[in-house]
Amino acid sequence: MTADRTAATAAPPAKTTTAPTPPRRRRNWAPAFFLLPFFIPFVLFTLVPVGYAFYQSLLKTERTGGTFGRKTTVFAGFEQYREVLGDSEFLGSVGRVLLFGLVQIPVMLLLALVLALLLDSTVARLKRFFRIAYFVPYGIPGVIAALMWAFLYDPRLSPVVELLDTMGSAPDFLGSSMMLWSIGNIVTWTYTGYNMLIIYAALQAVPSDIYEAARMDGASEAKIAWRIKIPILRPALMLTGVFSIIGTLQLFTEPQVLRSISTSVTSTYTPNLAAYSLASSDNYSEAAAMSVTLALATFVLSFGFLKFTGRKAES
Amino acid sequence: MSLLTDTAGAHAPAPASEKTSRGPRESRLSVVVATGFLAVIAVYMLLPVFWLVVSATKTQGDLVDTFGLWFSDFHLIDNLRALFTKQDGVFLPWLFNSLLYAGAGAAVGTLLSAMAGYALAKYRFRGREFLFSVVLGGVLVPATALALPLFLLFAKVGATNTFWAVFLPSIVSPFGVYLSRIFAAASVPDELLEAARIDGSGELRTFFTMAVRLMSPAMVTIFLFQFVVIWNNFLLPLVMLQDDRLYPVTLGLFTWQSQVSRDPSLQILSLTGSLVSVVPIVITFLVLQRYWKAGLAAGAVKS
Repeated sequence: MTADRTAATAAPPAKTTTAPTPPRRRRNWAPAFFLLPFFIPFVLFTLVPVGYAFYQSLLKTERTGGTFGRKTTVFAGFEQYREVLGDSEFLGSVGRVLLFGLVQIPVMLLLALVLALLLDSTVARLKRFFRIAYFVPYGIPGVIAALMWAFLYDPRLSPVVELLDTMGSAPDFLGSSMMLWSIGNIVTWTYTGYNMLIIYAALQAVPSDIYEAARMDGASEAKIAWRIKIPILRPALMLTGVFSIIGTLQLFTEPQVLRSISTSVTSTYTPNLAAYSLASSDNYSEAAAMSVTLALATFVLSFGFLKFTGRKAES
Repeated sequence: MSLLTDTAGAHAPAPASEKTSRGPRESRLSVVVATGFLAVIAVYMLLPVFWLVVSATKTQGDLVDTFGLWFSDFHLIDNLRALFTKQDGVFLPWLFNSLLYAGAGAAVGTLLSAMAGYALAKYRFRGREFLFSVVLGGVLVPATALALPLFLLFAKVGATNTFWAVFLPSIVSPFGVYLSRIFAAASVPDELLEAARIDGSGELRTFFTMAVRLMSPAMVTIFLFQFVVIWNNFLLPLVMLQDDRLYPVTLGLFTWQSQVSRDPSLQILSLTGSLVSVVPIVITFLVLQRYWKAGLAAGAVKS
């Protein structure tokens, strides 16, 4: 998922105005030769599984002749979807990640934006060091980041809890009321630097004459940031937003790791955890229906977000 | 015209010194406030890493009893010895597996992406735009949604719990194709391809000797980010693998951590193991910084 976030760097499909000379017959095989090595595994390991998940979601398993009867798989239409949409735990998990996204994504992107603007401004010092320091967490695998923070949340081991306790009292990071935000902190810690780097790269690409001219006209650094830089950054921010939305709906690793030390994370804490637990209990059809529902929700939300922010850009 | 060289140029000559010298108007106060804020965030980003380094040098007892953010008796060497001998030395294979899944997977994936992106940018053929839209759709399919159906499909051919079950799905990177197409369109001039054709160079040779060279900053970027994605992939190995000799290091450390209640010594070992497994990836990123930053910047210009 993370690399997909790189998409923020890129944007609308490249214009392909390149017009090579009319293809001669003898090199007609060339595109196929270059394309097949990618498309064969792409079909096998992406398109076929998507199709298979959909097919699987239309089935159900029945036992004929009592509890110990033979298991048979029959076509059930959209029955599994009705099951999924009526499953209050699943809906609860969707609500949970939506709440998570509404709080965590703006916090993270705002922080990334402020850091990028400061690193691009003339007021800060030691910029090279900071840039590297902020990017370090991205290099740390999600499982290990979650393990590390799990220790830092654990009241028996954590120096952070110890320090907070001397200042007053530390919150119970692993309790059920704090858990969602404890996970939010891990995600923010991991991805802020990465998002900052994308925004920063977009800023660096702007020719500095523009700022120079604004300064001549007497604009302050803050005004330049607000009036010139942020509008330029809109596409980069939109795309970091979309990929954060996708990442949030797919949340799995961090809660799964925290489950091993805290009972606040239930087996249906996020939609992906719910699908995983269903599959572990051999209920593949309903798990598939959940995955498909989740993927559709992701599509709708990310397109909706792009459309909404895109329209605001036009007006 | 050439996006890559333009932005690489914008990055290379120490922009910091140029920028600090051109702003005479900012007050001392704003410098202190801005730098202070950046420093606070840097502490937030680096403190957990520092804590990990400190903890990996402690004994299990000191881990609980002494203050977590400073060193006590230096025990790192013993921890490392214990780490590499635990469970018949399973940790080393874990590291090796991760390097193989991520290193070989990203290398193969980058090459496939570069070839496909190049073909989509530089050849005209029927169905090209359709293929590209399918690839774009693939970018939006979350990897976690694929893990379960992939497991069922691999189970049908009896290939779960094998190296290939994790490796093969990892080499597919629609996003890499997408980036490659942008980079190929921007950095491989048609005139050059035409010249190579006139000189009698075959299509393959032109790609491998010329286009690859021109696209190399982009390819380093794609390689690194795919490396991180595979290295981080947790759900796929979790559902595919039962044999712990095939585990990548992240899954191995996760299983250790979840057994701490049975074997408390695993706690210090999973911390030491985390530190050991993080070092190579951080070093790779720092060493290759120049390349991937140029690639990232070139991507950002397009938006």
